Amino acid sequence: MSALVFRLKQAPDRRIDLSGLVPEALQGRSELAIARLPLDGSRDKLKVADVFGLRMGDPMSLRFDGGSERFDLVGAGMATGEIIVDGPVGAQAGRLMRAGTLRIQGDAGPYAASRLAGGRLEIDGNAGERLGAPLAGEMAGMSGGIVIVHGDAGSRAGDRLRRGIVVIEGRSGKDAGSRMIAGTLVLRGEVAGAPGPLMRRGTIVLVDGDCSTLPTFSDCGSHRLVAARLLAFELERLGLRFARKLKRPVRRFAGDMAISGKGEIWIA
Amino acid sequence: MRGVSVKRVVVENSFAEAFDMRATALIITADDLKWARQAAMAMTGFATSVIGCGCEAGIDRELTGAETPDGRPGVRVLLFAVSTAELQKQVLTRVGQCVLTCVGSACFGAIAGEERLKLGAALRYFGDGWQISKKFGGRHYWRIPVMDGEFVCEATIGMTKAAVGGGNLIIMGASPRNVLNAAEAAAHRIGATRDVIMPFPGGIVRSGSKVGSKYKALVASTNDAYCPTLKGALASKLGREIASVLEIVIDGLSPEAVSEAMRAGIAAIVGLGPERGALRISAGNYGGKLGRHHYHLRKLLS
Repeated sequence: MSALVFRLKQAPDRRIDLSGLVPEALQGRSELAIARLPLDGSRDKLKVADVFGLRMGDPMSLRFDGGSERFDLVGAGMATGEIIVDGPVGAQAGRLMRAGTLRIQGDAGPYAASRLAGGRLEIDGNAGERLGAPLAGEMAGMSGGIVIVHGDAGSRAGDRLRRGIVVIEGRSGKDAGSRMIAGTLVLRGEVAGAPGPLMRRGTIVLVDGDCSTLPTFSDCGSHRLVAARLLAFELERLGLRFARKLKRPVRRFAGDMAISGKGEIWIA
Repeated sequence: MRGVSVKRVVVENSFAEAFDMRATALIITADDLKWARQAAMAMTGFATSVIGCGCEAGIDRELTGAETPDGRPGVRVLLFAVSTAELQKQVLTRVGQCVLTCVGSACFGAIAGEERLKLGAALRYFGDGWQISKKFGGRHYWRIPVMDGEFVCEATIGMTKAAVGGGNLIIMGASPRNVLNAAEAAAHRIGATRDVIMPFPGGIVRSGSKVGSKYKALVASTNDAYCPTLKGALASKLGREIASVLEIVIDGLSPEAVSEAMRAGIAAIVGLGPERGALRISAGNYGGKLGRHHYHLRKLLS
């Protein structure tokens, strides 16, 4: 059965909350029922049919033909199935996602994967600031799952990361891995500034390049780590071939000693 | 005992009586096979019988890098015990003392199992606060800093209650040399089957036991009916032509694994023939009243 397709009629003139359009919420609904679903966040009660043309298909596989940076909370809280967006999305894509696969074939705005707990979010373009991070007032960021950004990411990617794997293949903004609690943040491209400020635990992996480390990170020397091999196999399974470099010795820095942190940076 | 002659080797009309056991499987890896095997041998040493060792353990098979979680060569080890608590105790003690201590080693679970045993989740405290938790690919690992780097260990490992312990073959022949030839051939062939171990040295045991003893303190004693030096002194099970007896004990992760192993062992012994090998094959049982798994030798003639 082919995917259930939402075809964008025209560029939206306002921010639209798409958190209601997730597979588990559409199962068992008719085309008419889906077309009449209200889109939260709109002032004058927009309905799905006002924004999208529908082509019915398997609700476990949703496809948005055309995206917009005004589409917020795409795939937020999704617990099963697959969503593919052919275009950009706005803020908080995949926030609180629990399972399933969300693929953005374009750029994503700030707070993508915010507090994501499971599943897989893949962004073909760039991600905005605070990838995987908590919103103001929340204590922890991502608590599981996998996030892959094939482009660049804004500042503070992986802020307060608690569990899960975040991969940024392009450049990373300032303060990547800030306040990390645990988890794994893999940065392949150029990194702005020094990563990991105030990280308590967790692993930041720098592949393909050197970067400055904060003076509060201590050099622990080069080591051939079994854990790095396990991560390499996991990343290769996800289609990230550069991960083979992790099978070589990595240089390990421990920190952030500014807070007696027990985190680490591997330079592969 | 009566039996059927297969290629002039008599297969007695008997059966092996085996028991339900708890079991787990581990993969031990190292930078090379030599050290993976070293860790596995240390861990499975003194694990021949639950009677005196707490568990029965052995190496199932060697693994290439393509078969292990960390891509290094390794070995698959199986452990069997009579209770979950005892298996938990034995796994922790043996991995903690023999694998964690072995240069370059890492340790992973090797069966899914319906229940989980603690491994890294308990051993991590050796890290004294420097241990690191990692979750990759749905599996949870603990990294414990040690003097040659890190010991990586899966947090929990699977356990099965479908395991079987006590499959066996009793091999009888005209000379110790011939019987050993047959036992070695059987052990070699059984070693190639999956999901089983032969916990005794080299896979062969010479001191088969019977239940009970004339001494009240002992729960088991020598199987005098199969001791060739006593065959004139008591109601022996051995004929005049038998001068030596050896036994192979088999534990498996499933009843099917044990029966396949016994089938392979019988085929090897029969294939060797009576001139260079065994004259008779039998199996140990307790009259069928103690263990619910009965492996009738005649049904295992392939």
